[in-house]
Amino acid sequence: MSVNAFDRIQQQIIWNRLLAVVEEQARTMVRASFSPAVREGGDLSAGVFDRRGRMLAQGVTGTPGHVNTMALAVTHFLDAFPLETMRPGDVYVTNDPWLASGHLHDVTIVSPAFHRGEAIGLFAATVHLVDVGGRGMGVEARQVYEEGVLIPIMPLARQGELNDDLLHVLLANSREPFQVRGDLLAIMAAGDEGAWRLSAMMAEFGLDDLEGLAEMIIAQSREATLDALKGLARGAFESEMTIDGYEQPVRICLSMTVTDEGITIDYSGSSPASPYGINVVENYTAAYTVYGLMCAAAPNIPNNHGSIGCFHVTAPAGSILNVARPAAVAARHIIGHALPDAVFGCLSQAMPRSVPAESGMMWNPYMRGNRTREDGQRPWELFLFNAGGMGAGPARDGLSATAFPSGIKNIPVEAAEAVAPIIFYRKELRPDSGGPGRYRGGLGQVIELGSACEDELAFQAMFDRSEHAAQGRDRGHAGALGHLRLQSGEPRRPKGLQYVPRGDRLVLNLPGGGGYGDPLARPVPDVVADVENELVSPASAERDYGVRVGADGAAPTADRQAKVLEARQKETT
Amino acid sequence: MRAGVDIGGTFTDVVVERGADRRTTKILTTHHAPEEGAIRGLHQAMEAIGVAPGDVDLIIHGTTLATNALIERKGARTGLLTTQGFRDVLEIRHEHRYEQYDLTIALPEPLVPRRLRLPVSGRVDADGDEIVPLDEDQVRRQCETLASAGVEAVAIGFLHSYLRFDHEQRAAGIVREILPDTSLTLSCEVAPEMREYERFSTACANAYVQPLMASYLGRLEQRLAELGYTCPLLLMLSGGGLTSVETAKRFPVRLVESGPAGGAIFASHVAAAAGVEDLLAFDMGGTTAKLCLVDGGVPQTSREFEVARVWRFKKGSGLPLKIPVIEMVEIGAGGGSIASVDELGRVSVGPESAGSEPGPAAYGAGGTEPTVTDSDLLLGRLDPANFAGGKIQLDVDAARRAIAESIGRRQGFSEEMAAVAVSEMVEENMANASRVHAIERGTDLRHRVMVAFGGAAPNHALRLARKLGIRRVLVPRGAGVGSAIGFLRAPYSYEVTRSLRRPVSQLQACEIDGMLAEMAEEARAIVRQAAGDIDLYETVSVSMRYRGQGHEIDVGLPGARLREAGTDSLRQAFEEDYRRLYGRPIPGGEVEALNWSLTVSSANTAADAGAAAEARQASGASRRRRIVDPQNGEAIDVPVYWRAALFLGDHIEGPAIIAEDETSTLVTRDFNATVGPGGLIDCRLKEETQ
Repeated sequence: MSVNAFDRIQQQIIWNRLLAVVEEQARTMVRASFSPAVREGGDLSAGVFDRRGRMLAQGVTGTPGHVNTMALAVTHFLDAFPLETMRPGDVYVTNDPWLASGHLHDVTIVSPAFHRGEAIGLFAATVHLVDVGGRGMGVEARQVYEEGVLIPIMPLARQGELNDDLLHVLLANSREPFQVRGDLLAIMAAGDEGAWRLSAMMAEFGLDDLEGLAEMIIAQSREATLDALKGLARGAFESEMTIDGYEQPVRICLSMTVTDEGITIDYSGSSPASPYGINVVENYTAAYTVYGLMCAAAPNIPNNHGSIGCFHVTAPAGSILNVARPAAVAARHIIGHALPDAVFGCLSQAMPRSVPAESGMMWNPYMRGNRTREDGQRPWELFLFNAGGMGAGPARDGLSATAFPSGIKNIPVEAAEAVAPIIFYRKELRPDSGGPGRYRGGLGQVIELGSACEDELAFQAMFDRSEHAAQGRDRGHAGALGHLRLQSGEPRRPKGLQYVPRGDRLVLNLPGGGGYGDPLARPVPDVVADVENELVSPASAERDYGVRVGADGAAPTADRQAKVLEARQKETT
Repeated sequence: MRAGVDIGGTFTDVVVERGADRRTTKILTTHHAPEEGAIRGLHQAMEAIGVAPGDVDLIIHGTTLATNALIERKGARTGLLTTQGFRDVLEIRHEHRYEQYDLTIALPEPLVPRRLRLPVSGRVDADGDEIVPLDEDQVRRQCETLASAGVEAVAIGFLHSYLRFDHEQRAAGIVREILPDTSLTLSCEVAPEMREYERFSTACANAYVQPLMASYLGRLEQRLAELGYTCPLLLMLSGGGLTSVETAKRFPVRLVESGPAGGAIFASHVAAAAGVEDLLAFDMGGTTAKLCLVDGGVPQTSREFEVARVWRFKKGSGLPLKIPVIEMVEIGAGGGSIASVDELGRVSVGPESAGSEPGPAAYGAGGTEPTVTDSDLLLGRLDPANFAGGKIQLDVDAARRAIAESIGRRQGFSEEMAAVAVSEMVEENMANASRVHAIERGTDLRHRVMVAFGGAAPNHALRLARKLGIRRVLVPRGAGVGSAIGFLRAPYSYEVTRSLRRPVSQLQACEIDGMLAEMAEEARAIVRQAAGDIDLYETVSVSMRYRGQGHEIDVGLPGARLREAGTDSLRQAFEEDYRRLYGRPIPGGEVEALNWSLTVSSANTAADAGAAAEARQASGASRRRRIVDPQNGEAIDVPVYWRAALFLGDHIEGPAIIAEDETSTLVTRDFNATVGPGGLIDCRLKEETQ
């Protein structure tokens, strides 16, 4: 018995180590990368897979849209290049939206890992490349062919030899070839690092292969996930939410079935595919759906084949959540980012008072312009990440200007201004944008920026929640809608390639998160503090929270008094 | 004669040294007036050695006071003057959730509330050019607002001030006029580096602790003078150097990691005395473990630190500081770390800690959750009757119950096996943290020697070393007051940093060297206050990267001046470091320099190497004890040696235990130990010694 116990301890230790190995891989990638999106924003993910392409561990950096799609993508690589044909030093690549991460900008790279001459598993990484040609990242394409270069699954390196031809084609099509090449080399370095560490780990623990470990990780994670789901009511639940879309609003309908074997989500009834680039491929739909389920229902279970396998996601073919080639998909994230909120709509029924209100989502403009250098004009592109407010939770205010569900970081103003000729004039919280509630929704922000040179500035808008606000929960109110305009007053559309004329500025008002609970129940001191800090205006304090804040102190309005009275009566009866 | 005084959260440690004679005292920190405890400790140590205050030549002091003020939010009411349009930089942070899957993460409240973050018009661009002039009238009005709000400290943080100081400096002039008694911090002085959140955060933290630290240091100086101490008082910096009280009052935020920095210097000196230059310093206490890389006898440093983490020691949950620090990873792994079974049915340890109250279950003070100390006790690594010098009687049954209930029963393990799992897991966690840290610094661990200190380290050091491929481990004496001893070994040094971003190909030697000369003057003035007339030398490191790349690499500038080094050799130095870190350089990449750091310091104190002696078998173990072998889970009988009874040259074959008052060292079966000079326990892997 004691030997058996000792082996089990060893297995737990090895699992722990495997998580560290992928973490190391991800860190190497961030440090060696070139584009601001990866190095400052952390728009990447990394994972280790067994011989069959089942994900065993992922780095804790990374964004859900990458991780969960990467988990599905690796099997496609193995179909195209069976493991026994792979050699040490091989690296394979694709950015095919239907096989990998949902749009051409995300490239997935897979490399085999060897131990004592045998291929024992695979490393994979997905990163956002700043530019792959075409129209750039925006909503306006009608077909994927307009959105850039598509790389079918093919070798990026063979036995350490770079595929220069592929690289040439890719770089010749990119507006930022230097960053693209640097990021690709960074991912390759990370794969090498991971493979070396994995082999060292196996030597240390005397493993010949990962098979036994894989079975243990997958079985235990599956069991733990199902265990975590025991707290959910069994049965079928439905919810629906509407967001802006592009040419018309997009309806997201889901039905969720909870059984002892896991959760099934079906998106039947959702809007049909859009003629524009906001469509979502099914694996990206699954990625954000599973993320929403896991962060709410099983937050402490690591992401791997075992845990992800407890969730089954389907969307009808031809719907906006499962498009076929050659639909345009570049700006699929704006729909994808709404899915966790939609999932919470169902979960709030199966596990009451445990999920937050809806969030304001990210407004990520892709900026574009020209830079004059000694050798002529050069185009530049910069992907800015900016977050609206998060929804309030059942026991806490929403986080202001914080990315959800995406896991990326902003690019500091000083860093953005140093890499591209732009100037920010304002980047501040946006008062009154957080949805009122017992717990207030997170505030959005106001961003004002313009060109630092005489040229006009272009931007690809991909902004949602400008017509459909983040809804509150449990009598909490909705967050503020987002809107954008030029400083001179002219409005700008929330989606599409547009311009900021010379001398003018772009003003973005980012949406806020929804509130949780009745705002009349928010304690008066909290409302007063919000007013003092100018997060909530005196008008909103009075209208929404029932607190009149003046120079001589704060007083409850008749509404709030009535509410208090009602609560007391309830208590006594 | 010199004295080191280290005030920590729980204990105040004092070390007095006269020649080879060293006395130490450890007393409880007097939180209401920390200087009282320091002085009492000093007196006790000096009585022991038999000298008077006037005989002390130098007092070196480090304290966690600033750190605690930041953690407990007991600093000054602080206001921030900042660029119009950017008053929320402190609150918007990185717009990031540091824990992807947790919807309930906590973020630290900004040190300055929004109502005291006041905007002023004026703007400098990314090239350092003024595009909007500073509105001095508005600065004046905002100062009056701050005055009426009763602020005790003011920070100024403007965009791109690291490139151009004058807006902050002019605003500072107005603040001094209107708020003459308020302490003041400029972001361009305390952390002149790109990235507004980190710079403003550092400025606000400095302002926030300044009144408290200035008052404390003033009182301490005064008390010492009253008591007849005529010697200089110097402060230990987080970066490993020493500075004057004057400078410490100006930049108190630079003191936050003084204790751990002392520990790293202590470890470096222990290693140097044994002829070792490359090491991994491993300090494991009650709550956390700290790991630090030392190369060529010098602890690695960085300019980034995060203080006051609010959630599981997680990176991202604290306040970022841009200050020179001795770089270390800190994880929630200490003697008090709580073990449990996680949702996946795996044994997990930390970061939650039972602290010292109620402490481990074995303390019998009400703790019911099993800790690393409880597991050590069950494994036979601690003597229940002789823990903390016999001051705490450990309750083996309580430890056994806690381990059985929380781990054993749920895993189907015996208590001993459950304890093995706890111990192996905490060691694995520390090993993983060390490995990730080494990767981030582009270095390897296997050629290093480990120096283990802190109460819990000697019990776990050899297993940790084995996991990291380290073959030699040194366990010094005096490890319980290591930081204070380290203070006495620190060089006088000070680092000044400036930003000047430019492609290497366009660097002009006269411009750079002119700036370096100014920086040298600034640093020398500070070091001279402390060091007097001894020889000083300068080193310059430049943070560089390929243009467009994210993180910079710090590259040493050969000869400390560009005219001497030349741009080619600077570029070469960069490419060498780059290859070491990332495997391959980027052909055709344009290399740029960003930040220039100049350090002025005195030479390191020479290591005091004692004479080695002929090895011989240690004379008789005091007794034997049953322990559980962590390498196979089997119970074995091992000899227990009393450390104080060992002599220079004594040789001990593992497995064995070497016990002492404060801790005990587990010599695992694959190591042998020899007693070196100064009572050092020198452990080597068996295959090495054969």
